[in-house]
Amino acid sequence: MIRVELPAHLRTLAKVEGEVELEVQAPVTLASVLDALEARFPVLRGTIRDHLTRQRRDFVRFFACEQDLSHEPPHTPLPDAVARGAEPFLVIGALAGG
Amino acid sequence: MSGVRVLVGTKKGAFILTSDGKRESWKVAGPHFAGWEIYHLKGSPADPNRLYASQSTGWFGQLIQRSNDGGETWEPVGNQFTYEGETGTHQWYDGTPHAWEFKRVWHLEPSLDDPDTVWAGVEDAAMFRTTDGGATWAELPGLRQHGKGHLWQPGAGGMGLHTIVLTPSRPERIFIAISAAGCFRSDDGGITWYPKNGGLTSPYTLPDPDAEVGHCVHRIALHPSRPDTLFMQKHWDVLRSDDAGESWREVSGNLPSDFGFPIAVHAHEPETVYVVPIKSDSEHFPPEGKLRVYRSRTGGEEWQALTHGLPQRDCYVNVLRGAMSIDSLESGGVYFGTTGGQVYASADGGDHWQAIVRDLPPVLSVEVQTLP
Repeated sequence: MIRVELPAHLRTLAKVEGEVELEVQAPVTLASVLDALEARFPVLRGTIRDHLTRQRRDFVRFFACEQDLSHEPPHTPLPDAVARGAEPFLVIGALAGG
Repeated sequence: MSGVRVLVGTKKGAFILTSDGKRESWKVAGPHFAGWEIYHLKGSPADPNRLYASQSTGWFGQLIQRSNDGGETWEPVGNQFTYEGETGTHQWYDGTPHAWEFKRVWHLEPSLDDPDTVWAGVEDAAMFRTTDGGATWAELPGLRQHGKGHLWQPGAGGMGLHTIVLTPSRPERIFIAISAAGCFRSDDGGITWYPKNGGLTSPYTLPDPDAEVGHCVHRIALHPSRPDTLFMQKHWDVLRSDDAGESWREVSGNLPSDFGFPIAVHAHEPETVYVVPIKSDSEHFPPEGKLRVYRSRTGGEEWQALTHGLPQRDCYVNVLRGAMSIDSLESGGVYFGTTGGQVYASADGGDHWQAIVRDLPPVLSVEVQTLP
């Protein structure tokens, strides 16, 4: 089970509280987790990645296990602790004020 | 008893203000979508309880929300706005080519007769439409591809298609306005478009002051009974056209500043027009610190300051292009919101004003529904 922590605005959109738990087939990658997230919560399509290019939006970041994974290629395997469910995968709204 | 519902979009959420026909006491509901920029909300003329809202942030992009119960509850609908075909370039602020890129929806204009059909004006400027209640959106690329899109340029707020005006007596005719491209008209429901900027001059923003496109039109408005008469607030100049945009003439007259953003026409008096003069080019606050709506009862040229109930000292707010609206009750209500978070209402055509609310986030848009 993959644990995903969403920022507050996206939790509101997805109508969830706390972490989201997703079943993801191995290998667990950035792309496979985000695909599973968007499949479970279609309202999140376009809010984290562009609809067509699947590129991360500029002001969204991905953290896990104290690492910044924002700039990793989509098929980068996530840390083993994330794949085992020991640590969450964090979707973060960049520190951009406003 | 009849009433009004005022839909207010702000930098940090949407608010819905309701009152009965007297418009003296108000109920304020919200914020809806707290923390998000709400560029525009608008109700369907065919079903007043069907509302649409444009919700966006720099973090998470664009969403469209729909309500079927007058704004009590909302549901997100489709948010995919993909340009058709090659997008090419428009001009950047310094005149260099710049790639077209979707940023947000500025304006949602529900069809006059079908609650599921909505026109959307977006940044970078283009026209989209849904016919399934917002589930899917398709571009009408004829506007962007009219031939001179490469000469359009952004205004300070971006290159937005910010105004869509439908014509009740002629459903296939649509007017739109873009900053900074100008006014355009379609006579075939949005398939083909023609610039309608004859008579506009922009000497300090365009190298060719009377170019066919590139003018920073801030807002256009018409009265349904006079479908060929349009009023325009341009970056500078207030203008009118009496031939459906073929030619324009300046009617700024005695205004203290011919710069401003919104323009609106009284619901029952087609020659009664409202503007809010603003000092520019960079101040963007009312002249002399006095917040004054100006009303012309002669279709322009002769303007009267309306001040009763509005701050007449130390007022340095702005009133943005989408932040003025009218109701259609007999006495002709007028409403506007400010960047200081006030929403003002007049139930008597502008003679007297009261603040419905004073401390909202900066107001981006105000739309009024007159309810049975």
